[in-house]
Amino acid sequence: MEQIILFAPLLSALVAGFGHRIIGDKGAQWLTTGVLFLICLLSWVVFLGHDGETRQIEIMRWIQSGTLDTSWAIRLDRLTAIMLIVITTVSALVHLYSMGYMAHDENFRENESYRPRFFAYLSFFTFAMLMLVTADNLVQMFFGWEGVGVASYLLIGFYYRKPTANAAAIKAFVVNRVGDFGFALGIFALFFLVDSINLDDIFAAAPELAETQLTFLWTEWNAANLIAFLLFIGAMGKSAQLFLHTWLPDAMEGPTPVSALIHAATMVTAGVFLVCRMSPLYEFAPDAQAFIVFLGATTAFFAATVGLVQNDIKRVIAYSTCSQLGYMFVAAGVGVYSVAMFHLLTHAFFKAMLFLGAGSVIHGMHHEQDMRNYGGLRKKMPYTFWAMMIGTLAITGVGIPLTGWIGFAGFASKDAVIESAYAATMGGYAFWMLVIAALFTSFYSWRLMFLTFWGKPRGDKHTHEHAHESPAVMTVPLGVLAIGAVFAGAIWYGSFFGKTNEVVTFFGGTYGEPTEELVEAVAERSPKASELHYVMESAPGEAAIYIAPENTILHEAHYVPTWVKLSPFVAMLLGLLTALWFYIWNPALPGKLAESQRPLYLFLLNKWYFDEIYDAVFVRPARVIGRFFWKRGDGDVIDGTINGVAMGIVPFFTRLAGRAQSGFIFTYAFAMVVGIVVLITWMALTGGAR
Amino acid sequence: MQADLTTILPEIVIAVYAMLALLGAVYTSKDKLAPLITWATAGLFLALALWIGLGGDGAAREAFGGMFQDDAFARFAKVVILLSAAAVLVMGMGFLERHEMMKFEYPILVALSVVGMMFMVSAGDLMALYMGLELQSLSLYVIAAMRRDSLRSTEAGLKYFVLGALSSGLLLYGASLVYGYAGTTLFSGIIDAAGEGYAPLGLLFGLVFVMAGLAFKVSAVPFHMWTPDVYEGSPTPVTAFFATAPKVAAMALFARVLHDAFGGVGQDWSQVLVVLSVLSMFLGAIAAIGQRDIKRLMAYSSIAHMGYAMIGLAAGTVLGVEAMLTYMAIYVTMNIGTFAFILSMERDGRPVTEIDALRMYSRVEPGKALALLVLLFSLAGVPPMLGFFAKLGVWRAAIEADLVWLVVASAVASAIGAYYYLRIVYLMYFGEENTSALDGKNASPVLWSLLMGSALLMLVGVISLFGIDGAAATAAAALVN
Repeated sequence: MEQIILFAPLLSALVAGFGHRIIGDKGAQWLTTGVLFLICLLSWVVFLGHDGETRQIEIMRWIQSGTLDTSWAIRLDRLTAIMLIVITTVSALVHLYSMGYMAHDENFRENESYRPRFFAYLSFFTFAMLMLVTADNLVQMFFGWEGVGVASYLLIGFYYRKPTANAAAIKAFVVNRVGDFGFALGIFALFFLVDSINLDDIFAAAPELAETQLTFLWTEWNAANLIAFLLFIGAMGKSAQLFLHTWLPDAMEGPTPVSALIHAATMVTAGVFLVCRMSPLYEFAPDAQAFIVFLGATTAFFAATVGLVQNDIKRVIAYSTCSQLGYMFVAAGVGVYSVAMFHLLTHAFFKAMLFLGAGSVIHGMHHEQDMRNYGGLRKKMPYTFWAMMIGTLAITGVGIPLTGWIGFAGFASKDAVIESAYAATMGGYAFWMLVIAALFTSFYSWRLMFLTFWGKPRGDKHTHEHAHESPAVMTVPLGVLAIGAVFAGAIWYGSFFGKTNEVVTFFGGTYGEPTEELVEAVAERSPKASELHYVMESAPGEAAIYIAPENTILHEAHYVPTWVKLSPFVAMLLGLLTALWFYIWNPALPGKLAESQRPLYLFLLNKWYFDEIYDAVFVRPARVIGRFFWKRGDGDVIDGTINGVAMGIVPFFTRLAGRAQSGFIFTYAFAMVVGIVVLITWMALTGGAR
Repeated sequence: MQADLTTILPEIVIAVYAMLALLGAVYTSKDKLAPLITWATAGLFLALALWIGLGGDGAAREAFGGMFQDDAFARFAKVVILLSAAAVLVMGMGFLERHEMMKFEYPILVALSVVGMMFMVSAGDLMALYMGLELQSLSLYVIAAMRRDSLRSTEAGLKYFVLGALSSGLLLYGASLVYGYAGTTLFSGIIDAAGEGYAPLGLLFGLVFVMAGLAFKVSAVPFHMWTPDVYEGSPTPVTAFFATAPKVAAMALFARVLHDAFGGVGQDWSQVLVVLSVLSMFLGAIAAIGQRDIKRLMAYSSIAHMGYAMIGLAAGTVLGVEAMLTYMAIYVTMNIGTFAFILSMERDGRPVTEIDALRMYSRVEPGKALALLVLLFSLAGVPPMLGFFAKLGVWRAAIEADLVWLVVASAVASAIGAYYYLRIVYLMYFGEENTSALDGKNASPVLWSLLMGSALLMLVGVISLFGIDGAAATAAAALVN
């Protein structure tokens, strides 16, 4: 069954991609979509039937070279099972949705067959993503990692006649290369130290790595920290964390279903998945963890500030995604991997829905994406409106405070992240960044809603007159995702963020009693959390995630002060009220504020000038160097030398050789005699006589 | 005595056959018998090749007190010589018949020269060496001038003869020096006198003279100058023969003398070989660019190829000899295919050898053009053709013998040399329209199948080399110990 889940999308991608002339446009769409729904069903069966035990299903012997011995195997544990349902559910719904969204596209000519290509890419992406999450060794994961990168490249550049789309595709690919370089270095380092790339071996060696020193770039490093850091560089690229985030907003050039599938729900969360998957390693790498927490919190804050002022509906959601990924990384960084996965799961539902909702609006508004030209669409698109509403309630974290779980999906998971951050940093930087980001999140999400669905229609009248609700194939997926956005948090709260014993069991581990010292240490740190009963007992790699016995954040997060528990809710309310004030009660205010705080506004609007700085620091110098090597190095030196030799020197010698070949026997004999004289002289000088 | 004669039985068979055929033909219908004799000779070669290659127990044997060596090395060379000679004989028949040169002496002379070659590769003594060499050479002088009424053919024969005499003189002078210093002509005695890493200077002078004589036979620069003139002047089937079997024999003899007689002073002969090799590769590459006649071009091509093969020899190791033998086997196969094509180049029934005549040949006969393309790519050493792997083999041997710069030099030379091979391809596929195109569909089934077969070998041989490499390894191990 697992093999079917893994390979069916590849098969359908191949058939749709290469055989669409035979099975036709419609056939390709139905085939890929049908297969996706089938594997989605199977994935749910796997997920619900999963008992937590880690299973390895070998597909074939893969690489045998020297000491490198690796199978191609499916690693099925709780993490994989969670990712399976996320990927296949969203992917299946996006396939269905795309049948409506891609039905007509002005980027392609009449009668041009572009749909099978689109569906083949989507299915191929699904296959690669499944490869990534089912990987049993790092090279296999790297294969999936690069596979989703290729699929992302192809889909961002799907409108290949648009220069901006091509540029965005290349940018995404190149920026990801930077991260992949770090990832690859991490794999090399692991192979160097552990002599294996299989996850089991690496996990078993993790405690040893923490004791090992490694020289890299002329400096001594702690091996576990260094490797964890290098792997995180890869995660940063894929998950668009600060400094490597610039590709994600540009990736919105791709069709909207792509944004929903790849750039919201699945591929960009691969980084979070990687950190959780490697949790046995990260538990032994405190410095790398601290870095992750810092960078995740900063990204969450940074992306939220930029999201405040963007006007393109997709870009707002893109920055929102970037920000939410920061939340997940904070959770993973402080050591509550289950919470990171929890937020990943709920985020997949509500963010995919927001994107698909935005796509529905864009579709209904004839590919208008600027929110300043929307307004009052509530009546024209009731289904879309309600879907977006649920998505917004979920992302902003609406729920009943202090209950923990009664609320929309985002409420349960986001509050869990913030509480964990507080418990781990004792109310430090990460906690405050996340709370402020929550305020901003609420503001920009409601801003999006108010600009789009409330107020008077702005922009082109003609467009507004023809605005219409999307067909059922597009609204049905919204409805399905809405179920997840509403209930996912409440249903799985206990499994991901319940008592330690609950969580450990869910992830297939065993729990045991904590030591006396540990209980005392926890009681000293946070008196309210003194009732520590359980810690994880499994060795690294035995369960899907590893929580070191000393790591009691999951427990302590439940006993943070009440004001901390209330803080995200308050932040949400504040954001909502500000948005109401700005966009409903006093719509002139935003303009005035932007005028009076012009430098700040421009700073945010221009995304902190990251693109400009990168352009000046990396892109232009690289281009100058490239031009130099091209014109001077390749053109003048290499071509010049070759041409000079080929057109000047060689013909000269050819003429000389031709002249020597006189046709007279005495010339020939003379050459032989000269030859023998030279050889004899040489031999007299160098041979024997020594 | 009985055992000695058994050991040289294959040679005796050919020699006796040649004399019987000569007598028979002279006293009966002379030239009318020529086709029959040609087929018979080729058949005999083939049978002997099978016998030598597949029969026997693989053990090394000596005859006449060590003057004649019958080991795996000799057997490998003999099989290649016999097979290529058979192929060339059969392939030239059509050409000779059409142009009224089908003399019954031709196959008989070829048979005699093959006997000479077989003695060469089995030589264990300087006298045996000289005897084999002269038997081979004298036969070749005659067939070079076979076309008595043609000025160029006689000129070629005469040049070859005079220069060959000079080279024989050099070789004999060297042999006398060697005898003088070693006190014996047996290789096994010379190797004792040459010692390990040290030899009297006079002995080394003798070695250089012997090498000069052998270098003439493999047409290594600067002893190469006869080659273009003789290749161009001789009738094309004779040229094809020159380019194949004698080269193998001379190269094998070269390896035999250097390793069996002078194995102890590898350092000394290696540097001479390196010089010869570099000069040959570069001259072969550069001078060929100016050629407009495909036979002259093939002459320079063979000069360059001998340079590459000598790299393997210069390495002075088992691997080097193995690479050289493999190189020669592949080289011979490529040349048979190419000459099969050249033999079919005719316009209005007359042989044509200008390269320009090939313009847009791909339109006339796409199949043959494609086969020639494959062969030329292989000659140029373009992967994945077999010719590339031949070069790769000698390069690997050279690198293991720390001759990296030689490898670099030969790579440069082969890049230059690629030009003239590719120029032919260019003319065939992209050249300007030719007003006087070659005749199409005039290749006999034999020519056609040899051309296609060798082209196919260049492509599929990559997969396994048909065990040539294994046989070459055994042969090399038998020689170097």
